[in-house]
Amino acid sequence: MTAPAHEQGGPLISVEHLTMRFGGLVAIDDVSFSGDNSEITAIIGPNGAGKTTVFNCLTGFYKPTVGRLTLNHPAKGELLLERMEGYQIPAHADVARTFQNIRLFPAMSVLENLILAQHNELMRASGFSVAGLLGMRRYHDAEQKAVERARYWLDRTGLTTRADWDAGNLPYGDQRRLEIARAMCIRPVLLCLDEPAAGLNPKESAELNELLRYIRDEHQIGLLLIEHDMSVVMEISDRIIVLDYGRKIAAGTPDEIKDNPDVIRAYLGETEEEALPEVVAQDLEHPVS
Amino acid sequence: MATPSSEQLKMQPLDLPALFKEAGYVAVVVLGLTIGLVGFKTEDVPGGLDIVTRFGQVILATVVAFAGRVGFILLRERRFIPVLIGAGAFSAAMLVLLIGNIVDADQGVGRFLPFESLVVNWLIMLFALVLAGRAAWLWSHTRRSQFVVDREAAMDRFSARVQQGAKFFGPLMLGVAIILPFLPVADRRLLDIAILVVTYIMLGWGLNIVVGLAGLLDLGYVAFYAVGAYSYALLATYLDLGFWTCLPFAGIMAAFAGIVLGFPVLRLRGDYLAIVTLGFGEMVRVILLNWYEFTKGPDGISGIPRPTFFGLPLVRSPPEGTESFHEFFGLTYSPLDRIIFLYYLILAMALVTNFFTLRIRKLPVGRAWEALREDETACRSIGINPRNTKLTAFAIGAMFGGFGGSFFATRQGFISPESFTFIESAIILAIVVLGGFGSQIGVVLAAILLIGLPEFFRELQQYRMLAFGAAMVTIMVWRPSGLLAHREPTIRLYPHGPPKEEGQS
Repeated sequence: MTAPAHEQGGPLISVEHLTMRFGGLVAIDDVSFSGDNSEITAIIGPNGAGKTTVFNCLTGFYKPTVGRLTLNHPAKGELLLERMEGYQIPAHADVARTFQNIRLFPAMSVLENLILAQHNELMRASGFSVAGLLGMRRYHDAEQKAVERARYWLDRTGLTTRADWDAGNLPYGDQRRLEIARAMCIRPVLLCLDEPAAGLNPKESAELNELLRYIRDEHQIGLLLIEHDMSVVMEISDRIIVLDYGRKIAAGTPDEIKDNPDVIRAYLGETEEEALPEVVAQDLEHPVS
Repeated sequence: MATPSSEQLKMQPLDLPALFKEAGYVAVVVLGLTIGLVGFKTEDVPGGLDIVTRFGQVILATVVAFAGRVGFILLRERRFIPVLIGAGAFSAAMLVLLIGNIVDADQGVGRFLPFESLVVNWLIMLFALVLAGRAAWLWSHTRRSQFVVDREAAMDRFSARVQQGAKFFGPLMLGVAIILPFLPVADRRLLDIAILVVTYIMLGWGLNIVVGLAGLLDLGYVAFYAVGAYSYALLATYLDLGFWTCLPFAGIMAAFAGIVLGFPVLRLRGDYLAIVTLGFGEMVRVILLNWYEFTKGPDGISGIPRPTFFGLPLVRSPPEGTESFHEFFGLTYSPLDRIIFLYYLILAMALVTNFFTLRIRKLPVGRAWEALREDETACRSIGINPRNTKLTAFAIGAMFGGFGGSFFATRQGFISPESFTFIESAIILAIVVLGGFGSQIGVVLAAILLIGLPEFFRELQQYRMLAFGAAMVTIMVWRPSGLLAHREPTIRLYPHGPPKEEGQS
């Protein structure tokens, strides 16, 4: 798992010796990995393996017990995420995330959801509301710009005609995409997606793959992806990290992971090693699309 | 919930035993309740008290409850016509008796009214009328099922229409408000009520920022009202400052109090937040009550200076060397001048509050408040600082409370902790909740409903709180998000309607 080194030295995000304990429970145990620009790094593992906990540490919802999370920000240099306050990670370090159970602002419109993601920029433009209250040109222009960026992502996610709907009234698949659009509106350098394909039908999954590839190739940011849907993981991931019981058990390209006996064991248990691996191997080889 | 299939709507045969069982059960409950409360009455007789029995009334109440329940059940079973006829005939008969009673209290048909208490008679008439009306309405809408979702959608459309209409009748209401003091009906009493109503509208709008927009349930809003009032009163009496100098200070002090409250409750939400804010409101009152050397405790502060019209006092005979308002403008003195001035003062303050709220809703802070109400976790994930956002909501909401408070102090000329009890907080919150969270026009209507009407009908004082409670319960059951809770997006991609696609249902 040698990560291609970033021009300015070091990968975009490197997680070193991350450990998270909740009382006596060790949710993550000494996990290290890295992810780079223009690359999709998937984190997979059985339920309860600690995938979401890794995300929560990365995005400031938890303070890690041990470990160092370095973000090599293209413009701002090295940032230590574990030392930042929760809301500063998206605001200052430009790390965006989505949630396993979608968290939009349901009673607000789709467009408002996207404008809100540009809050800090607009806040400065509105002179912390003073200029905005006085109706100054400066704020109006900034808002116009924010709408344009929102429209860009609405077009990419196919939500343009529904921009004025309440976010909560959107169909499920649209809500998933809106959440990704909202995360992209903060103009992240690293995007963390927590099960973006959960609950999507095969067609929607394929569209999601398209969208994630587009984000990777056109915006050249790093993507971290937690996913159970192998059709997504195997198709779009550049590298895969497998967690089990809070430990990293494997890392590599999709092809390497597919044949890794540890991974198969982790997913299916030791005793049934004889009976089931073919099914899994088939599943991994010919993903349902 | 989808609309039910036609099969579900088909008439089921009436289950008579079940009907009688249910209605009988209600009748037994009513009997049990009334036999003690209504059945016996103490009466003053020479030489002591005597117990009078009123079992006739008890039986009547039981029969009425039984019949009412039967009406309910029939409505539920979609037998509209018998209910319409029965309830309609009953309410018509009651109405005739009641009107007869008004025309001639002793000799007319009013003698045949079933219940001793006039209020109970009226209530039962109204109840029957509502039942008949509902039956008629359902009958004319037989094809359409009235499910909660439908009703919610219908109410939301209605709210949306009201808010659309607000563009037109908002200015109209404002026009009426502006010329109100010069209308022939404007007497001292009406203006006093109007001042009171507008004060509550302003407080409602202020609290709407905290509760409606930011979603922070604040049960101690009166604390900021008190801080504003006392700030002005103390500054005026100790330092001899005028109203206009003190007004900004009162706002700042209240905003500061808001931040002081905000810090410890940053991590709380929902019920827990409500409890702490409730405690905060009481704390402020208790401090004002007990810090005798400074606030004069329960004695209150009197002789608070009245506001001046740009330095011109509104009094008949101004102190030596100064000119009063009527002298300066060459008018004859009228004691109503001061009232009218106070009216315009609070109207202006309320309008500033409204303008500010409408404006800030479309700014990043306002949107962040609403986002915070929706989902705090999501806010953090997109880089909104929840702490600052909450504190600004508390501070700005409190600031308007403070302004309102200093107006209250200057209007009354006397304040004491008595004026800042929990019930005030509850009334302001009720206005916001009833009107619909976040709805500006809803606050106006609710304030008129909750403050204006009870003031007009002071004669019915003892039933005021009863009606108040009944109204709140009805709203909570029937439309929990408030009467006019319809949220218009703060920004639209298509201000003139969406492009053609599969339309939004």
